[in-house]
Amino acid sequence: MKLRSLALKLALLAATSVAATAALEARTLKWSRSGDSLTLDPHAQNEGPTAAVAHQMYEPLATRSVDGKLVPALATAWRILPDNPLIWEFKLRQGVKFHDGAPFTADDVVFSLERAMSPTSDFKGLWTSVESVAKVDDHTVHVKTKGPNPLLVQNVTNTFIMNKAWAEKNNTVKPQDFKNKEENFAVRNVNGTGPYMLVSREPDVKTGLKRNDSYWGRGETPMEVTEIIYTPVKQDATRVAALLSGEVDFVQDVPVQDIQKLQGDSKLRVNIGPENRSIFLGMDVGSADLKTDNVTGKNPLADKRVRQALNMAVNREAIQRVVMRGQSVPAGAIIPPFVAGYTNELDSYPKVDVNAAKKLLSDAGYPQGFSITLHCPNDRYVNDEGICQAVVGMFGQIGVKANLVSQSKSIHFPLIQKDPPETEFFLLGWGVPTYDSDYIFTFLYHTRAGARGGFNALRYSNKDVDAKIVSLASETDLNKRNATVADLWKILKDETLYIAIHNQTLAYAMKNDVNVPVHPDNTVWIKYLSFKRS
Amino acid sequence: MFAYAAKSLSQGLLVLLVVSALAFSMFRFVGDPIANMMGQEATQQDRRELAEHLGLNDSVPTQYARFIGAALRGDFGVSYRQARKVSDLIAEKLPATIELAVLSALFATVCGVALGVYAAIRRDGWLAHLVMSASLVGVSLPTFLIGIGLIYLFAVELRWLPSFGRGDTVKIGWWSTGLLTTTGLKSLIMPVLTLGFFQLTLIMRLTRAQMLETMRTEYVRFARARGIPEQTIRFRHALKNTMVPVITIAGLQLGSVIAFAIVTETVFQWPGLGSLFVNAVQFVDIPVMAAYLMFVAFVFVVVNLAVDLAYFILDPRIRTGAAAAKR
Repeated sequence: MKLRSLALKLALLAATSVAATAALEARTLKWSRSGDSLTLDPHAQNEGPTAAVAHQMYEPLATRSVDGKLVPALATAWRILPDNPLIWEFKLRQGVKFHDGAPFTADDVVFSLERAMSPTSDFKGLWTSVESVAKVDDHTVHVKTKGPNPLLVQNVTNTFIMNKAWAEKNNTVKPQDFKNKEENFAVRNVNGTGPYMLVSREPDVKTGLKRNDSYWGRGETPMEVTEIIYTPVKQDATRVAALLSGEVDFVQDVPVQDIQKLQGDSKLRVNIGPENRSIFLGMDVGSADLKTDNVTGKNPLADKRVRQALNMAVNREAIQRVVMRGQSVPAGAIIPPFVAGYTNELDSYPKVDVNAAKKLLSDAGYPQGFSITLHCPNDRYVNDEGICQAVVGMFGQIGVKANLVSQSKSIHFPLIQKDPPETEFFLLGWGVPTYDSDYIFTFLYHTRAGARGGFNALRYSNKDVDAKIVSLASETDLNKRNATVADLWKILKDETLYIAIHNQTLAYAMKNDVNVPVHPDNTVWIKYLSFKRS
Repeated sequence: MFAYAAKSLSQGLLVLLVVSALAFSMFRFVGDPIANMMGQEATQQDRRELAEHLGLNDSVPTQYARFIGAALRGDFGVSYRQARKVSDLIAEKLPATIELAVLSALFATVCGVALGVYAAIRRDGWLAHLVMSASLVGVSLPTFLIGIGLIYLFAVELRWLPSFGRGDTVKIGWWSTGLLTTTGLKSLIMPVLTLGFFQLTLIMRLTRAQMLETMRTEYVRFARARGIPEQTIRFRHALKNTMVPVITIAGLQLGSVIAFAIVTETVFQWPGLGSLFVNAVQFVDIPVMAAYLMFVAFVFVVVNLAVDLAYFILDPRIRTGAAAAKR
């Protein structure tokens, strides 16, 4: 009798635990964001939502954890060969399989890196320092650089690995050429090594993924989500409504004005965290005369005192409070705290002082101020146009009349990128995917030439600074390198070439049984999610 | 008849050419696609090469000639944004827009006529006054607000209807329809109401005015004098004559409903041509913008042609006019 009841109890227990795991087993996550992935081809678009979707299915050699640290993915270890500073060695993970069952080997890595470096790839800019990629054995790859490149591994985090045989079979060995008449196979088909597999793909409508049960990291990550349904919803109000009505579980790109309302809803959770992106104003410091100002024969922005006056006029806390509703971190330099080279001292900014700023202006010879055109995007960064409107008012207080021109990003960015640039005063945001100051120096401070200075619309050119920036790329002595970085920041901060405003923060809203941490790259790894057991 | 149709057709082709030429001269004001197509690490040289490769450095007439040349062969190129053939994209999004537009037009016409007739017959009733006042709201409220309002009421508060998307669709050949599934039908309700609301008020006001006019005409008074029942006069005699201009307007409105579903589609994330176009404009996806504008011009040309031909058949005066011109 006793025995039987025990058996019964055991059976009951087993049944309930089976039921409990079954309930946990099938969990769908409906995920929404303002934009869709533009293409599933892993090397065709180096862009936020495209990378975020790809990260569920494809994997790079290494990724970044939520605190911004480099962690192994398809590579388990990497180093510069002790006897040859030109060669990076990557040891590859063993026992990994692609979604179609093919084993992952060094051939796939060589193929994928070469594909990422090919002319129609959007990732080739990250790999310009590489001379060749070679297989050593099935699980070792050597990447040979043109000169010593101690930071190469920082560039791998968004370069995904495809299967060579699959790509060859489906005639997709090169990323899409937009002049071609036919669609590339990889645009809507996926064969990766990642934790989720593609089930359905309707661009701009819905992308369905299911769990890859033979994923190599199955035991190391919770992977409680069995199915992902990704639906882009462009309109802010509709996206928030879809979360409130329970039609989606997790929403990115939460508009700042809705955060408070969502936080007040007990069924929802809002996670807020810093993004690895700074927002700032740039000034033409190099032209002899400005076209859009009312000063003839000279360039007021070439005078450091004028730049300091403008920097002093910007009330960063007011922008944070009023324009951003608290959702930003005021900054004194264009370097987010995640980036190597950041210091608190560097990030300090002057106190708002209208009288001191006016004095600087009159010392520089502009007691009455001057006028100038400020260019601003209106659809790229969080409340970008609002930030510009606010600074226009603040500059007005010290007598500088900024005429605001805010336009779509498709018109704004070419103004900065064109050679010579077509703007003299502009707002720009800069994310740092390599998490190293070098990336900021190279694109924003180095003289515009070749692969460097692409976004330096300042017409700033300093031979000494350029030489120091170039030396960073090949300096293998870490202490020496850090000293050069600190030195560069000191010079550049003193020059006040950019007026840093803030670092952006990201807000994710979700049902409260799930907890998605904010990643500084605005990427999400669904495999790490676990549901709250109730 | 043939000469008349040929004349309308050649006019239509001219419209298509002019629209596409205008569109092409406007594209450079929308922005530069290169900035959106390349990551921030791209060099000046990469950007120049891509622009050169895509022929964006050529003069506008050259680009236009190339577009027309390819379009005549049925080739609209590859989307800069999605790397897919533009003809595939249009074919994929077309059913969603057509279903939304046709249902909206149907809703607007049926309800508009019914309410218009009612408001004309009971012109002093309180309900008629209410309907007329409500129609003023419909004319003056922007579509965007109506859509958001409906979403908050029916999706967030009541949870009866989905706030976005098309629900489940069924494929019939290349056509995807939302009319055969419950979620598909539920998803249609709010977008149809939103898109049709403005047209509804327009048709209702037109019907009411026409009906009131017709009721004052001689033949209606004669019919009354003959002792024909009021119901018969209203619905057999007066309504028929009211309908001629109403149907014309409703038909012409169908074209603009298809073309201007953009706002409604954006609010409800409706996967149709309007959403495709909005995304294309933001990205400066020139091939998609060009093809879409051609498509809209084509729809207008076809609708106008159909209306022209219908007049030709219905109205003997046009026929004799055409014959007289020939002589």
